[in-house]
Amino acid sequence: MSESSGERPALRYRAAELGVAAGFFALGAVVIFDSVRLGARWAEDGPQPGYFPFYLGAIICAASAITFVLALISGEAGRRTFVEVGQLKLVLSVLVPSVVFVAVVGWLGIYLAGFLFVAFFMRWLGKYAWWKVVAVALGNSVAFYLVFEVWFLVPLPKGFLERLLGLD
Amino acid sequence: MIDDFQSLMHGFAVALTLKNMMFMLIGIVLGVIIGVLPGLGGANGVAILLPLTFSMAQVPGGTTTAIILLSCIYWGALFGGAITSVLFNIPGEPWSVATTFDGYPLAQQGRAGAALTAAFTSSFVGALVAVLVITFLAPVVANFALEFGPPEFFAVYLLTFCAFVGMSKEPPFKTIASMMLGFALAAVGTDPVTGTLRLTFGSIRLLNGFDFLVAVIGLFGIGEILLTLEEGLAFKGASARINLGVVLETWKELPRYWATSLRSSIVGCFMGIVPGGATPASFMSYGVARRFSPDGDKFGSGKVEGVVAPETAAHAAGTSALLPMITLGVPGSPTAAVLLGGLLIWGLQPGPLLFVEQKDFVWGLIASMYLGNIAGLIVVLTCVPLFAAILRVPFSVIAPIIIVICAIGAYTVHNSVFDVWMMVVFGVAGYLFKKLQYPLAPLVLAIVLGDNAESSFRQAMLVSQGDMLIFFANKLVGTMTVLALLLLSWPLISWLIAKARGR
Repeated sequence: MSESSGERPALRYRAAELGVAAGFFALGAVVIFDSVRLGARWAEDGPQPGYFPFYLGAIICAASAITFVLALISGEAGRRTFVEVGQLKLVLSVLVPSVVFVAVVGWLGIYLAGFLFVAFFMRWLGKYAWWKVVAVALGNSVAFYLVFEVWFLVPLPKGFLERLLGLD
Repeated sequence: MIDDFQSLMHGFAVALTLKNMMFMLIGIVLGVIIGVLPGLGGANGVAILLPLTFSMAQVPGGTTTAIILLSCIYWGALFGGAITSVLFNIPGEPWSVATTFDGYPLAQQGRAGAALTAAFTSSFVGALVAVLVITFLAPVVANFALEFGPPEFFAVYLLTFCAFVGMSKEPPFKTIASMMLGFALAAVGTDPVTGTLRLTFGSIRLLNGFDFLVAVIGLFGIGEILLTLEEGLAFKGASARINLGVVLETWKELPRYWATSLRSSIVGCFMGIVPGGATPASFMSYGVARRFSPDGDKFGSGKVEGVVAPETAAHAAGTSALLPMITLGVPGSPTAAVLLGGLLIWGLQPGPLLFVEQKDFVWGLIASMYLGNIAGLIVVLTCVPLFAAILRVPFSVIAPIIIVICAIGAYTVHNSVFDVWMMVVFGVAGYLFKKLQYPLAPLVLAIVLGDNAESSFRQAMLVSQGDMLIFFANKLVGTMTVLALLLLSWPLISWLIAKARGR
């Protein structure tokens, strides 16, 4: 990765502002939609369930609409770099494995998934020797097991490995 | 007054048991580590460890031990933030950003020890002032609040949230959007008054709504890690060793800045009680100190006074944020909000009745604030090199471990993997919000207080048959409502004033 390509902007402020404001607007619209379905008016016995959320949704939509317009008319400020290509790569290099990690926690259990996650990171991003990778990753999972399951009696998700070892 | 003093002494007796002292020390050490590590801060550190206290709180007196552990983590995190600011120019916590302005230049000049001593000592002073304020003001406020009805409580909530709009540095419309998003997230699930399901769209997972602990872990934990990553994988920093000579020398210098300390303490306490939070307090008091100091123009080049001001204020604000939390049930900062969540989970109802029904708990907590901060000062002064060494562990090792810890924290809230997914979603949101200046504190507070705010609003409306004038019905509630509306329109007012001055 050369310096120049890494510092190229992947996204500028205007686009990021517009995207997030649009997202807020959509969420606000969803809230309004469901509140109207539930009834957002004043019934005989007081406010209906959608009364309070309806106004929340309305305020979200109004505030994000203003932010949207402000971002549209922003001049120089909108062209500033929001995130550089190199930075985005680093962020994604953590975010993507994290998503995979969360996806497998359900069936591998947190200890095995955590072991693989830490090991992957150290080997791939840190380029550590294998013995260090295994030692740290294993120590990490064992430490969590001791703290949570043994000392504080908080059960964490487990998979086939724990069943195999008879720990579940 | 005499009564309160006796209660406080009783509180010391509660806090000074061997078990509570031990948890105090554990809390402080954990807290400093949490404060030093990127991605783990006061709010999400406490949120992650909260599930560990569930079983602890079951035994008699256990809730006091639990709150001592968690609040000491908070004090530790407040201390820890200064270490990374001074040595690495990386604020470990948002409230230590202002500490980097003068702290890091001092470290570069080889005066890291002096900067750290000044930071820790002034943190301690700020906290002490705030605890004194809590000791004397809290019973008064609680007593006063016993008379509150739904309109008064709603006015307090209104004041809290309008203060965010009026005081935060972030653009007001973004503050409002982020706050309302928090309220909307809180509204998901069962309607607190009628029991109707709202905003669940037929999903069973959303039946109980969004848990704010998961939101805190995602927004502050994962979001922070993603932000830190942009800076690269390695930290470069100055090394520090504090010896007794440096400490004593710095302590000799510190009394010179008594005026700055005093001003910063006042700013801090005020910003903590009115939920401005520690972060704006530290910036504000740095600005004030620069204006008042005789060598204000040298600020930023490594002045000890420039470290004293933000640290005193941050610690004073962080500590005094607990005052509205225990007396009114309205937390002044995200971390105070998490502690409030803890109280609710342990089965305690925060609010004025706490002072009547849970004397041991309240005064034990207040006494532990005195003791915890003394313990904290000693721990950080003696163990700085140890804590700084943590940051020398490469990020490729520490980042995955922190993410695993966050995942465990999110999972243990309800034993559900779905919450871990929500944590990732909140993490990405936190990253975007931080970069685009959407404030996170009002969002978190809104998730915590949403149901209560809505209930008190609807109860008040029921009482008045839908007449909004109930929020102006008497002097007390009227004053609070007017003050709230004034704060809400403050950005507009200050814009108009600036315009009128022709700037």
